[in-house]
Amino acid sequence: MERDGERIEITISSRFENIELVQVIAEHLCENAGMDEDGSHWIGMAVREAVANAIKHGNKLDVKKKVNATFELNGDDLAITISDEGTGFDPETVSDPLNPQNLMKTSGRGIFYMRTFMDHIRYSFEAGGGTSLVMTKNLAKGTGIASGKA
Amino acid sequence: MKATTRDVNGTAIIKVDGKITIGAGDQQLRDVIANANSNKILLDLSGVTTIDSSGIGELVGSYTTVTNKGGKLKLLHLPAKLNELLHVTQLITVFEVYENEQEALASF
Repeated sequence: MERDGERIEITISSRFENIELVQVIAEHLCENAGMDEDGSHWIGMAVREAVANAIKHGNKLDVKKKVNATFELNGDDLAITISDEGTGFDPETVSDPLNPQNLMKTSGRGIFYMRTFMDHIRYSFEAGGGTSLVMTKNLAKGTGIASGKA
Repeated sequence: MKATTRDVNGTAIIKVDGKITIGAGDQQLRDVIANANSNKILLDLSGVTTIDSSGIGELVGSYTTVTNKGGKLKLLHLPAKLNELLHVTQLITVFEVYENEQEALASF
């Protein structure tokens, strides 16, 4: 599965139809690194949610604003960075979708998906604007669901 | 997303094909369910290829809307990955899910 020094970067405008471009890169990168189809799918799903949040909540659908995605694979360790030009938010204020009070909410599951399908996620915010999300995954560990997070 | 609706003894069976994702089917799903000519709705999801958190949100919203009107919304033929997502989100405890159409129809 080892594939050292792979780095892919793509910048898209803030349109929902561009989400799949980034998702497909994630899935193909994982499959090329030897991950099975299901595992690649779930990582692609985490990327989809991250890019959708960047477009909708970060860049607020402003097509002039960009979303940048960087994929770095070193050995089995995959790091994905999704950046937008938004003003940021407080991740601590995002409610838990598994709380019975929130179960029937129609939104608020995106970050939960990322946490479920990836090993770690971390947001950082630039003082002058811009949000970066780094998601990491050890591909040798298998999918988030299969590794018992669900 | 493409949806086709047929009526079987007063139950609207809505077959959904394709993606239910943000900007590509999420709103459409809500509209199709809202325009069904019955408050007994069986959603056949066998043809769904991708569903994201927005699509799951629309399923939840539609369930609530139908239930609040005194109707019932049930699911038929969940693809494996959607089934896993409903388990992960614990929404599997909310929806009635069937693998057999006749059994599903008899349950209304």
